[in-house]
Amino acid sequence: MTTDLGSHVPALGESGGRGRFSGEPVLSIRDLSIAYRTLAGDVRAVDRVSLDLHAGEVVGLVGESGSGKSTLAYGATRLLRAPAVITGGSVRYQGARMDNPTDLLELSADQLMSLRWREIAIVFQSAMNALNPVLSIRDQLTDVIRAHLPVSRQEATDKAAELLDLVAIPRSRLRAYPHELSGGMRQRVMIAMALATDPEVVIMDEPTTALDVVVQREILGQILELRERLNFAILFITHDLSLLLELADRIAVMYAGQLMEIGTAAEIHHEPSHPYTKRLLRSFPSLRGPRRDLTGIPGTPPDLLDPPPGCPFLPRCTEGTDACKEIEVLLAKVRTSADPSHVTACPFVLPDDPAGGDGDRLPAGAGSVSSAVSPAVTPLPTPAGTTEVTS
Amino acid sequence: MTSQAPDTEQAAVVESAAAARGTLTLAAQGLGKDFRLGRGHVLHAVRDVSLGLYRSAVVALVGESGSGKSTVARMLAGQEHPTTGTIRLDEHPVELSGRRAFRSYKSEVQYVFQDPFASLNPAHTVRYHIERPLRLHQGRMSREQLSEQATALMEQVRLSPADKYLGKYPHELSGGQRQRVSFARALAAKPRVLLADEPVSMLDVSIRLEMLALLDDLRQRLQLAMLYITHDIASARYFADEILVMYAGQIVEQGPAEEVTQQPAHPYTQLLVSSAPDPDNLGGALRKGARTDHQTGNGAVSIATGPAPEGACPFSPLCPFAVDKCRAEAPPLIQISRSRAAACWRLDVAAPSLYSEPRGGGDLTS
Repeated sequence: MTTDLGSHVPALGESGGRGRFSGEPVLSIRDLSIAYRTLAGDVRAVDRVSLDLHAGEVVGLVGESGSGKSTLAYGATRLLRAPAVITGGSVRYQGARMDNPTDLLELSADQLMSLRWREIAIVFQSAMNALNPVLSIRDQLTDVIRAHLPVSRQEATDKAAELLDLVAIPRSRLRAYPHELSGGMRQRVMIAMALATDPEVVIMDEPTTALDVVVQREILGQILELRERLNFAILFITHDLSLLLELADRIAVMYAGQLMEIGTAAEIHHEPSHPYTKRLLRSFPSLRGPRRDLTGIPGTPPDLLDPPPGCPFLPRCTEGTDACKEIEVLLAKVRTSADPSHVTACPFVLPDDPAGGDGDRLPAGAGSVSSAVSPAVTPLPTPAGTTEVTS
Repeated sequence: MTSQAPDTEQAAVVESAAAARGTLTLAAQGLGKDFRLGRGHVLHAVRDVSLGLYRSAVVALVGESGSGKSTVARMLAGQEHPTTGTIRLDEHPVELSGRRAFRSYKSEVQYVFQDPFASLNPAHTVRYHIERPLRLHQGRMSREQLSEQATALMEQVRLSPADKYLGKYPHELSGGQRQRVSFARALAAKPRVLLADEPVSMLDVSIRLEMLALLDDLRQRLQLAMLYITHDIASARYFADEILVMYAGQIVEQGPAEEVTQQPAHPYTQLLVSSAPDPDNLGGALRKGARTDHQTGNGAVSIATGPAPEGACPFSPLCPFAVDKCRAEAPPLIQISRSRAAACWRLDVAAPSLYSEPRGGGDLTS
């Protein structure tokens, strides 16, 4: 995982792949907290998460099951029902078709209705369950179109046919029912449906998890192609980091309801900062290159009903110290990183593997925090306590 | 590493890469399974599958959903009657007539299911799940002995302290813990063969490796002959000695795990390998593939293509190398080296570095 580090970094600059997603984000999540109310108390599923999504950008959100990644996405779009409650934060949406930014958390049900799908659409994980088995593909597509756009029945049917073109399904399949389509085709229909009203943000919740790798690859290629053509932003939720390294522009790593690290795919891959990210990177077997030692991450995530103080990853972290029990999880800029948008929640970036935090790290002893570890990150001065993610 | 042709003239007498580990325990020869669909339609779920499971070795069966890999496992487990072919345990043909024969076979060959959320009974404790197979397969024993053995099994799968877990119900356990219980339950019969059907695919990425490491540890310590069924060829590279790639009910490639994943011979295996996420490429292939046509070529194929006509090579509709011969006649496994074979008429084109001249399977007209 350390091999072509040198060749990679300059390539980033010249293609400008990451630099083009600057300026006003289309979706800006700030300090969002979501809890599940239970009899035993609040389960804080999402804890002060801030994340930006720029037009045309693919942001990958990766985490284990129960890390809160889906809760974050559904909370930000107000799709959660009780016992889930949003306990704080804001979700600002600024679409190109809108004059002023709106806070999704303050909209009324009617306002939400007009914004959903039209501006923000979701592709759910299980296409098998998300499609209605007793309605034809055409009926389901036209339903969506007519619910959100002022068009006639005929126009909606034409639009439905165009949508199938978009995802390379023959128009003859309009009359088909979900059970007549393969899993991959159903997932394409779901994607077509999400794109029916030309949204600016598409949230994809594990859209390819249930599919075979060959089909998965084809669909991901298609998603990127459509993104290129229609310039919508994608929040891609998955537990498969290897997939995101290839697919996403930026990756946000979530653990126990909090973001642990955000960086470009190249940064996350070659210069991961947070120990959790590093362990995740060593968790999947690679088909290519030499066989490397795989470790996995022993242990389980903390109970969010009563989260331990300090870093939530500490019990499973091999690099943890007593100081970790006292830290507050804040995203701070990785000082050693060339990428200004690379932030990490671990203030103690240890020099472990060559791809880690070496380079212009502070000389040993220069840091005053601890003698064992040197602070390689500098907290950014932000009033809210979390740092800006924008570059 | 081009290998030379062996002296054997018979087609595909492939020596399993797993054979180096131990003796042949469970062997299937020419296994086939047809499902009648009604109105005279027959689905050939599995055709002519031969494989051997060796002591202390892992054989991986890799394929997409619907390729028939689970059907093979179910036949090996005795849960499905093969339409054709034979299964031999220690050289003896397996006869599963009657409950007693079935049970004694089960005590040798155990099956681990994919979904630890569905395969444990929510109404029973872990203790019940472990002690029941102990009672069934280990004969009469006292309550103390039973408890002792259950504890030992729990420690074997690293659920300790055992007492803490034995009293729990499945819903109180995490996915990884549940799968460990499934392993312990399978091991309760003291089997020599373990058939693991996608044992980690329902689990989080972060604990998959731990589970595979546990299985590997059990394989070594208990000298289990293991069949590892997966759709993730990358995990098979790390975990298995030999990989068998299945497509549309047939084995299309067979060989040592490292060789098959690093130098795939069959066009389908090549597609499978090129489709796996490639972090070192950082979007290159995916983006490039997206910009060029996504219907054919370069690893991307169209899903819309129908199945191959009867008698043809099942992969021919998607295969970039397919010629008329492929559409007319399904290829047998053609030997490439001592331990490798692939079912493809066009190996000279598909894998020129591995396969130089035609032999065994007849003339290759290109």
